[in-house]
Amino acid sequence: MTTGTRVIGLGHYQPDKVLTNDDLAKMVDTNDEWIQSRVGIRERRIAEKESVADMATAAAERALAASGRTAADIDLVVVATCSAIDRVPNIACRVADRLGIEAPGAYDVNTACSGFSHALATADHAIRADAATSAIVIGVEKLSDFTDWTDRSTCVLFGDGAGAAVITGVADGETPEVGPVVWGSVPKMSDAVRIEASHPYIAQEGQTVFRWAITTLAPLARKAAERAGVDMADITAFVAHQANLRIIEGIAKKLDAPNAIIASDVVESGNTSAASVPLALSKLAESGRIASGDPVLLFGFGGGLTYAGQVIRCP
Amino acid sequence: MSTVKNTREEIVEGLSEILEEVAGVDPKEATEDKSFTEELDVDSLSMVEVVVAAEERFGVKIPDDDVQSLKTVGDAVSYIEKAQG
Repeated sequence: MTTGTRVIGLGHYQPDKVLTNDDLAKMVDTNDEWIQSRVGIRERRIAEKESVADMATAAAERALAASGRTAADIDLVVVATCSAIDRVPNIACRVADRLGIEAPGAYDVNTACSGFSHALATADHAIRADAATSAIVIGVEKLSDFTDWTDRSTCVLFGDGAGAAVITGVADGETPEVGPVVWGSVPKMSDAVRIEASHPYIAQEGQTVFRWAITTLAPLARKAAERAGVDMADITAFVAHQANLRIIEGIAKKLDAPNAIIASDVVESGNTSAASVPLALSKLAESGRIASGDPVLLFGFGGGLTYAGQVIRCP
Repeated sequence: MSTVKNTREEIVEGLSEILEEVAGVDPKEATEDKSFTEELDVDSLSMVEVVVAAEERFGVKIPDDDVQSLKTVGDAVSYIEKAQG
């Protein structure tokens, strides 16, 4: 049995179709300046042809290639999503089938925008409990299916995409590189973010969620660093859920992480819910701005309301 | 909640400092008769930041439901004055 896990590969996928703020201005009464000043988003990607499973598979394939492992090495697939339309099969089984992973544990997790950190934690726990040896963890969303394209207050916010990580158990004597999770929820605020069957479009109490985010999350993110035994001054990058730039900046201001790069992929990807953390992380690693071994603080938050975060070492 | 009770002038001054920091409002503009959204161009998220900063500074609670009713700087000053008791 292993004492913990580490990330050995990252990957992401975004659809080719770019939807700019100018494009949106032709659909609803809005404009580029208004959107950028309110939420910091310049453009987002929209899946015209791709399904949730297509995007998840593409991101997972890239993460697997980056890890140097093959499908035969994987015995667990965990997918974070809240936008899979089919109830059965789950996205994890579809991804496993397409990648030729033969008999993995395969399940989906839905905690909306905090999904990836929850999924990563359950995969880490499974490996530490000896229920698996190596896992692919995916965050994927196709929010365009749940966007009301006539509602200018929400349609400017969301995008589609996927990000993935491969994790495996550390050898005897090695230090785990996926830190303990800090997770939780605020059930009494269940109605603050919704995609309900009776009205299958994203609806949210923007100001309520914004206040919750900027007043309560920074200490929880710091707790994740504390649990991992990493000093805040040593955090190389802070990858928060890419909800909107002002929430990210609001949390970052109270974080006390003076040397951290603050991931801001929301600018070019919009809010991609459970996909946003692994998508921003994979792109940050690809850009070369963070190096192998760097401690990165991940922190997801959103519908539920839920939150989860942990420190990982960049592969 | 707070043991401090500020004068109306102190609250206006405090709010104008907060408005300058959070939303870049010129302190000379932040007078009691001005409306947050229309005249001072404070958007809904900035309004939340103003409220959060005002809660910390003046030791009061301003729930989301009440924020909607604060149209002008003067409304906010009166609310804070009353909440400080």
